[in-house]
This record gives sequence, C-alpha cells and structure tokens, in this order.
Amino acid sequence: MPETTPTDAVPDPSDANPAPGADQSPDAPTRELALSDLRDESQLPAARSDLRHFLPGLEPERHVTDWGRSELVEGVVDRTVYDFLYHYWFRVEVEGIENVPADGGALLVSNHAGALPPDGMMIAKAIREEHRHPRPLHIMVGSTLKGLPGLSMLIAKVGGVPAHPANVHRLLFDEHQLVLVFPEGRNGTEKPLKDRYRLRRFDQWNFVEAAMRARAPIVPLAVLGTEEAQPIFAHVSLLRRLTGLPRLPITPTFYLPAKLRVRFLEPVRTDDLGDEPWNDRARMQTLAADIRALIQENLLEMVAGRGSVWLG
Amino acid sequence: MHSRRILITGLSSSWGGRLAQALEREPEVEAIIGVDSRDPRHELDRTEFVRVDTQHGLIRRIINAAAIDTVVDTRLVVDPLAAPLGLAHESNALGTANILAACSGDGSPVRKFVFKSSADYYGCEPGDPAFFTEEMARPHPPRTAIERDIVDAEERVADFAARNRGTSVTVLRVASGIAVEERTSHLALLALPMVPTILGFDPRCQFIHEDDIVGVLEHAVRYDLPGVFNAAADGVLALSEVISLLGKPMLPILPPWGTSFAAAQLRRTGLRVPVEMLRQLRFGRGLDNRRLKAAGYSYHYTTREAVVRLRAHQRLRPLLRSGAEPYQYERDVEDFLRWSPSVQSAPDGGEGRWKPSPAELAQLQRTLQALQADQSPAPRSWDLGAGGPPLASYDDLSGDEVIEIVASLEADALEALARYEASHLARRTVLAAIERSLSRQRPSGAAS
Repeated sequence: MPETTPTDAVPDPSDANPAPGADQSPDAPTRELALSDLRDESQLPAARSDLRHFLPGLEPERHVTDWGRSELVEGVVDRTVYDFLYHYWFRVEVEGIENVPADGGALLVSNHAGALPPDGMMIAKAIREEHRHPRPLHIMVGSTLKGLPGLSMLIAKVGGVPAHPANVHRLLFDEHQLVLVFPEGRNGTEKPLKDRYRLRRFDQWNFVEAAMRARAPIVPLAVLGTEEAQPIFAHVSLLRRLTGLPRLPITPTFYLPAKLRVRFLEPVRTDDLGDEPWNDRARMQTLAADIRALIQENLLEMVAGRGSVWLG
Repeated sequence: MHSRRILITGLSSSWGGRLAQALEREPEVEAIIGVDSRDPRHELDRTEFVRVDTQHGLIRRIINAAAIDTVVDTRLVVDPLAAPLGLAHESNALGTANILAACSGDGSPVRKFVFKSSADYYGCEPGDPAFFTEEMARPHPPRTAIERDIVDAEERVADFAARNRGTSVTVLRVASGIAVEERTSHLALLALPMVPTILGFDPRCQFIHEDDIVGVLEHAVRYDLPGVFNAAADGVLALSEVISLLGKPMLPILPPWGTSFAAAQLRRTGLRVPVEMLRQLRFGRGLDNRRLKAAGYSYHYTTREAVVRLRAHQRLRPLLRSGAEPYQYERDVEDFLRWSPSVQSAPDGGEGRWKPSPAELAQLQRTLQALQADQSPAPRSWDLGAGGPPLASYDDLSGDEVIEIVASLEADALEALARYEASHLARRTVLAAIERSLSRQRPSGAAS
C-alpha cells in the first residue's frame, strides 16, 4: 500500500484566501474563548474561528438576501410609505447623522415606544436620506412578530431581523452591517402614555456583549415623538389572551402626526476594552446602564426643548 | 486516505448508492460493503451488498469479519414521508444503537464513523437564530417523533464519540436535500402543480443538492473531520423565490390559524403535509455552512442552482418517464459477475473478452503506484490480500490484455508501466499503446 498520499491532511482552504490568520495577527479579535462559563446564558456562536472568508456572496440573479430582505419590496415601500411618513407625516429632523460610521459594523441602540412603533423604519430612512454613505439598516424585531401572519413576511422583506444575539453577531462581525436594537424590547412597546419618555429596563443587555465580541462601536440614539405618534392608553389582557396576539393595547390604529426628532449620539467604542471584556459581566452591565442613562438624558433634554408635540 | 475498508448503511438511498459508486473509483479503497433492508437502486461494480436490517445485531459480525475501518451511517430516517412512522422510529432508535455498539469496544477495527444526521435536529421555532451554527444546541425540546429520533441519535453518537476517543466521529447535519429519487416532504410539496403555502408567511429555506450530499459524505470519508458539521448549500431563499424559480404559482391556502386542522383536511385529498413541514412553511430555517467550507469542502451548487436543477428535472420527468428501465438489483447476477470463475477467466476475443474488473483495476493501479514509488521490485505476483479476486501476474498477461488496461490508467501509472515494460518484456505493441495513451493525456493534463 503506497504511503505517498499527500491528501491525508485536510486541505488548507486558506491557500485560496490570503489572510485568514486571525489568530496570529495582533489586531484581529481572538475568537477562542472558554465557553464553558457562557454557554448557559449566551446564545452567541461560541468559539468559532474567523470564518468571514467563507461567507457566501449574493448571487446576482437573486433579489432577496439570505436574511429574507427584498430590495424590490423595500424600494417600493420606501418610495411610497416611508417617503410620505418621513417627509410629510412625521417631518423627521435628524441631528448628528455623522455619528453613524460610514463603514464597518456598528450597533445602533435606541429607545422604543408605541404599539407598532414607527421609530425603526424612520431611523432606517434617516440614514438613507441624510447619511453621506447611505447604508441598509438591519432592525432587530421581537421574535413574537415572526409568528404573525402577513407582518412577519413584510418585516423581513424591509430589513427586520429576529432579535437573537447570534443574528446581531453575524451582522456586526461577519457582514459589517449596521444593526439597530431596541434593548427595551417589549417593555418599551407596552409602555402606557403616562410613562412616556421614561426608559424601561434594558431587557436584553447582551446587545453589549454582541457589540464587544464583534468589536463594533455602539451608537446610542434618542427618538422624540414616537410616544405621541401612537400612544397606548391601556391594555386589554382578556382580549389578548383570547386572540393569542403578543399584545392588544387600546391605541389609535394609525399614526398621529407628531413631530419626530432623531438624535444620533457619539459612538461608544468597544474595541479598547481589553482582551475579552465579555467575560466581565459587571462591566457589560455598567456599559449598558451608561448607554441607557445617556439616551434618557438626551431624551429629557429634547422633551424640555421642544415647543409643540405636533409642530416641534 | 485512511479509509480502505468501508461499510455504508442505507445503501439503497440515493446518497448511499452514489457514495458507493464514488468510492468504487478510488483505487485505495479495498472493500466497500453496503447494508440496507431494501435492494440497492444503483448499479454497483465491486460494492458487496448485504441485505440486513440494522435492527439486528448482525452488523457487528459483518464489521469484524470484513475488518471494516470506516462506517458511513446514512440510514437515519429523517423525513416522515420516507418510512412509516413506527418503522422509522424502530429503525432510528435500534439501528443507531446497534451500529454504534458494533463500532465500539476494544476489539473493534473501526477508526472512523461518519453519521448523516439532519438539519431538523435544530427544529424550527420563531425564536431561532437566522443561521444555526454547529455549537448551538437545540434551543427547544423536540416536537415530533422524527425530531426526537434525530436528537436521540445525535446524543448517542456524541456519547459514542466521548467513549471512543480513538475513533474519529463526524456528524453531518444535512439540510433538506434536492435528491429527486427520494421521498421528502419538501420535494413532495414542490412537485405539486401549485405549491400550497401558509397565508401570510414567506419562510426562508435552504437546500442541498444530492451531488453535494454525496460529496460531503465522500469528503468526510476522505479526510478526518472530527466534530459536527452543517451541510447546506450557500444561500437561503425565500419560499416565494423558490416557487417562482420553479415556475409555479404560489397557493396560500393553508390558514395561519388552525393550520394543522387544514392540513388534516388536505390529507384526505391525498396530500400529506407533516407537522415538521408546517413549521418549516411558517418559520423557515437557515444554516451556517461555513465550518464545512473551512474544512476544505466546496459545494457544487448553491441553493438557487439546486432549485434550478430541480426545475429541469420536474420539466423533463414526464418526457423521460417512459424511457430507460430503472436499474434493478438481481442478486444472482451480481454474485455471478463478482465471483464466478468463468467471468474472471473468460477467454480473449469475441463477446467474452477479458476485461479487468474495477476491483482488479484498482489492484493494478495500486501496484503501479507502489512500483512508481520504487517500494517494491518487479510485480512478479501481486499480493492481493482480501481486496478481490486475484489478478494473474503481470508478465503473464498477453499484450492485448495489457493494452486493454492501459486505456484506463493515469499518466504517472502509465510512465511507471512504460519503464517496467521496457526493462522486462519490451513488447513493442504495448509500448506503443502506452505512448499513445500518454500523448492523449498530456495535452489535457497540461491544460488543467
């Protein structure tokens, strides 16, 4: 039996890709982590070597990305609904758009309010309209929405992605995309009008972990006006239980024409926090609390400074 | 390749049969033994088929008797349409246990175990990540019998891997296959003239072409890939995209609420949409296939290309159905062709002209490689071990016989053969044939 089989070893695919030496190069993030302590809580893809070179590209014949986002549908919705809402209904004003990085992954963190909040789509539209490098924005939406007929289909087509730490990580780290999260999650959308502009507890502070692991900056932002655009007066829990919907608030079924203001704040770097900052739970919690305080502070400042709810 | 004596379970599945065909071409593979409870559907040259159910403990005897070093377990029933449910469970649970038992133990010759699992391991829930990676344990408990079987089987395999450190264990979580000869829920649905979907949902789906299933299995046999690997083609398509690629109308007749009730009504019309499929039609699933790519495998087809090929197949099927007879396994004929002394010693000329069987050819190629590496002197009489029927010593072959073989040899082997022939018998006809064959191969070899 000849022993001259050079193919015994697994072929090194790095021959085709010149720079996969993630573990050697000093500036690349070290992706080897002791996951034993994280596995229980974290659903992030753990202990993966840098596989970005193997990311499949989008075939030119396709119009829907692997995330289910459709250029076609997004374009149509953008030209009709978004355009109208952005320019005429909410008359969105944007501050600090330069704080959104022009390339690389970045995690946008925003406050969240209203039964079916318009903030996500208006932030996406603001980046498309005002930014010097318009970029698509991937909006993390609650996974309960994935179970709703019609809406689930539409949300995915216009750039909504089910909120999952692994999704955030893939978008930030592997695909260098802009991701928008609402860390208040459902708490924010269930908030009644009397609690307006008071940020709820950050339900999912593992967004900080996702950004740290991806070494992506966090851009906090404050949105003013969504609380009045679709105020929630009360909740009917009996109806909710009967219909099986995630929530059933008493709210106007359409958006009121409140003036919307979006303020992008200074990015918070996460790549200068040491080697594996995500192992330090306390530190992540502190960072999340800092970001929450920053957004809250800016919100209150904007509320204090505004003349009218409807005219701005 | 470390694997030389290979056992394939599930030989009659399209990937099992085609894997055997692919391995038959490898000269280093000495023995391929396939087991299944049904007859194989692929024409096989040197693979030996043993009809045995995996429920029984006979596998162990086969493994020990044939000194199997690699077991490729493709038998797991992962689709509810593939087998009756009770039977599937029996085969899945007992079969996995039996095969693993046969491979474990101190005396076991098995050094590698390749297990074909399914992406249904991950299930399908609204809270799932968009791309499952291999480390993600199943986030929710299994919902159906088939899913439970898959999870159980993987647990058993993981347990086996932990106990048998000396055995390299590969688990392949294969996405829904575009394997047109198989009965799968996806293909059954996509084969309908109008594809029923759930109103208000457009799930993401990812497939893998049959060629890639075979390719992945072969890759796992050829190289050592310990661990779990997702096997799914590049690209995750929306179901609407898939259906429009197939050139069919989408028919959202299943209501979003009371879907299983509607599916039960559909069953009366003869269309069975299993529960797993209903969840797929609602939430969809995507796999991260990069780990396998990093392990050196490159997929032949993307999901889109696989769907395009499915369309071609669906369009051509009615035209070709009446054509060629499908292959049918005839045990007596296969045995005769493999083992009859008459086949092996058929005289020259006429219909029964001597031809090297693939097993003999593989032997010859191996010997020639050894010759080329100067490891053995003249191949006076070849040590044939248990790899197949003995081939007569080279010098005893007539010129015509050698010329027969020459056509199927690689360039390196040809050169080695030319050197040997020149220094021994130096038959002019043989040398000329080698020269012709070499000149045919060289330009193409240089071009590639």
